[in-house]
Amino acid sequence: MTSLELLLVASVLAGVSGLPGLLFPPGRAAGQRIATVLHVLGCVAGAGAAAWALAGGAVTIRLAWPLPGGSVAFSLDRLSAFFLVPVFVVAGLGSIYGEGYWAESRHPENGRKLRFFYGVVTASLALVMAAGDAWAFLAGWEVVSVAAFFLVTTDQNDARALRAGWIYLVSAHVGTLILFAMFTLLRDATGGWLLVPSEALGSSALLRPILLLALAGFGLKAGVIPLHIWLPDAHAAAPSHVSALLSGVVLKMGIYGLVRVLSMLPAYPTWLGLALVALGISSGVLGVVLALAQHDLKRLLAYHSIENIGIILIGLGVGALGMAQGRLDWAVLGFAGGLLHVWNHAAFKSLLFYSAGAVIRATGTREIDSMGGLLRRMRFTGAAFLVGAAAICGLPPLNGFVSEWLITLGSFRALTGDSAGAGMLGAAAGAPALALIGALAVACFVKAFAAVFLGSPRGPAAAIEAGDPNRSMLFSMGGLALACVVIGLWPAGAAGLGRDAAGALLLGHAGSRADADLGALGGIPLLLVVFLAAMGLAAAARARRAARTTTWDCGYASGGPRIQYTASSFAQMLVGMFRWAVLPDEHRPSVAGPFPAAGERFESHAPDPVLDRLLLPGLTRGRSFLGLARVIQAGRIQAYLLYIVVTLVVLLAWSASW
Amino acid sequence: MVTSIANLLAVLVLAPLLPGVINKTKALVAGRTGPPLLQVYFDLAKLLRKGFVVSTTTTWVFLAGPVVSVVAPVVASLLLPLGGRPALLSFTGDMILFVGVFALARFFVAAAAMDTGSPFEGMGAAREVTFSALAEPALLFGMLALTRMSGSLSLTGMFDLGASAAWQKSSASIILILASWFIVLLAENARVPFDDPTTHLELTMIHEVMVLDHAGPALGFIVYGGALKLTVFAELLVMLLIPSRPGSGALAFAASAGGLVGVGVVVGLVESSMARLRLVRVPQLLVTATLLAGFAVVLVLR
Repeated sequence: MTSLELLLVASVLAGVSGLPGLLFPPGRAAGQRIATVLHVLGCVAGAGAAAWALAGGAVTIRLAWPLPGGSVAFSLDRLSAFFLVPVFVVAGLGSIYGEGYWAESRHPENGRKLRFFYGVVTASLALVMAAGDAWAFLAGWEVVSVAAFFLVTTDQNDARALRAGWIYLVSAHVGTLILFAMFTLLRDATGGWLLVPSEALGSSALLRPILLLALAGFGLKAGVIPLHIWLPDAHAAAPSHVSALLSGVVLKMGIYGLVRVLSMLPAYPTWLGLALVALGISSGVLGVVLALAQHDLKRLLAYHSIENIGIILIGLGVGALGMAQGRLDWAVLGFAGGLLHVWNHAAFKSLLFYSAGAVIRATGTREIDSMGGLLRRMRFTGAAFLVGAAAICGLPPLNGFVSEWLITLGSFRALTGDSAGAGMLGAAAGAPALALIGALAVACFVKAFAAVFLGSPRGPAAAIEAGDPNRSMLFSMGGLALACVVIGLWPAGAAGLGRDAAGALLLGHAGSRADADLGALGGIPLLLVVFLAAMGLAAAARARRAARTTTWDCGYASGGPRIQYTASSFAQMLVGMFRWAVLPDEHRPSVAGPFPAAGERFESHAPDPVLDRLLLPGLTRGRSFLGLARVIQAGRIQAYLLYIVVTLVVLLAWSASW
Repeated sequence: MVTSIANLLAVLVLAPLLPGVINKTKALVAGRTGPPLLQVYFDLAKLLRKGFVVSTTTTWVFLAGPVVSVVAPVVASLLLPLGGRPALLSFTGDMILFVGVFALARFFVAAAAMDTGSPFEGMGAAREVTFSALAEPALLFGMLALTRMSGSLSLTGMFDLGASAAWQKSSASIILILASWFIVLLAENARVPFDDPTTHLELTMIHEVMVLDHAGPALGFIVYGGALKLTVFAELLVMLLIPSRPGSGALAFAASAGGLVGVGVVVGLVESSMARLRLVRVPQLLVTATLLAGFAVVLVLR
């Protein structure tokens, strides 16, 4: 048995996991148990196959296939295996989480459907990553797209979920169409459907259109601004463990596709690296700024996925520019950092979605502004969210810091030596951009964590008896929090795996820079942790004897929870600074008299600037314009006959005049 | 190694002097006697002996703020080549950790402020994270320029400007970075014109208003952490100003200490001669700092 065969077995196991459940009547726990057990088994096997492939070499199999192309190929190398690890880890933990979060007894109307398609998505994701040629890739890609649509619309009675699902389906298929074109051109350039490095591609006149189509098609799936339109609504509408899968894994499918195409190139053009960095910076900065303007917890997290995709693209861009300049030292750092961020984002974003799901279930709302003070009743959930929040901000000593450190260092390395020109400038832009993105993320997650978990409860929703969720949900959160901490404290191991996976992108060069650089970083976070723990314990020991009193309120003792800063007001200044990009709707009540009217408060809403401000109004206007043309298509046979007669007469008259 | 440890200890012990120098300068300019130079030590001694008072709305996050605000500058000073000696811990990419630990501190201090549920502290936290977000790229741009000049990727190598003859080759860039980082120092340490640590009108404050509810030892942590952070940022400027490492330990130490006092005096003079900026002007000044540092990068790339 090879690692690839084990992977295919795992994929089948996960794919059929939801089938037995369909035979049971709705509401029965037995079907749910079978699905979860089968799915987790499949994920364990799949993770094992991925680990095996990470350690060993590449495996390829070809199967005869009675279709154009003649055969279909699967292949498992380090790069695929690297992307498969988060697929199986997040999907596996997600189904355990779903056991408690979307229990069959509570959701008899759609639990079976959810579990069935959850398994199908897992299996088809594995097929996409293991595809060896364009046919297998596109087949897996389409199944993921369609099955994910059913996951987004799990709650089929919710109009918002249906709208989100509809937008998702349309953009997924636009993306697939672009990919069809891309793969066709790719075959013309390389002479085959196989996804293997090709010398002919470098000199092909089709190189530029192929790469542009790849950026568009894969960028649409990955949620790169301005192609992110489907993402915020879909993430918000889906059940939380599905949001985690969408954000942690399905978005990465776009990154994987892009990386796979990059690995086929014989050389990197400089413009490609510059385009990647530029797209990365715009997605990163605008993603986090749009997140700041949100006060729906899950939409906020969704926009942060756009930000993190931006960070990954900056890493890939820095790497591509390094290769274009012939500078392996920063190319390795950029690629390894970008790839490691794929893992890290899968870990902390899924963790954040899981804890957000627990909060949403406990309070019954997604509005941040009606939560508050939940840390006292949801200790573990709050701690898990805090770990995820610190990790996503790229703070030491957690995993987000490691990958951002690699990319930033790659960007710094571009300035050493005698490199020059646009390539070096583009790579150097990565470091300050990452600093800005990280600092804005800190602002956003202080806002989110504080408004949800700290302070006093803000509204009736938060006043209900919330508590930590059941054990299955806590288990999944704990596992991911542990992953965040372990990668943060043992960066050399994870970065080494990232570097090995980046080998496919290094076009045959071997690089070991990242390892040497990471050596020292391993010790510092430990020092930081020990130091923090010692100080924290000392402070906590003293604080145990602390006197308790109310918060100092300037002598005005009847403020209450309503005078707290809300999510909107916290972000108001930053959103104001980026008003040109966010285009927020602001509601500023006029304050008059010593006792202003109750219930009025500053509010700011931020609809998506591309979808809600540009695309939908544009399409609506376009439809009314096209309405003029619809007059001629009235559905009356007589009218159509008249058109034909008139056309004939005109043509005859025209030809007679010659 | 021994000298490096001695320098680190000296910085940890002497850091509270720097706010004293600033206050003394301000008092002298205003024609007052002012508080004694050691006032911050007296405050710290008093605060550490007092008991805690915590708000009933708060959780353990409220304690994490003061703790991290001490740990961050201590870790940062481990990475800095203090007093002209190599840093105790120096490795490729340590400047990124330097920026990272301060971001960690900002996260927890702001979260601790929000934990009280007070609108004043929420306001301070919102302002702090907003302004720091603009200050961080300026810091990074400056470091990029230094990397280009020195060819080194660690703080110790980066600031060894004499050895790499950077002061001769690109003094214009260094002056731009100095200007940019001086603005960053003022912003990050809550000094005029960004923030006025002496007014006690909550609406005008940023940093001070965030720590209103901390009392006793927790406040002591914050005061000490603030002094140490100020010293660390001032040390960045001193290392740019004193480019080469003087031979003997004592001389190097004296030069560094003199430089720090000099930065303190300049901050004091700025605070004496300026008022706090209107809040809407603050981002403009910070963007200016970023542009200055960005221009420094452009100059060294010529």
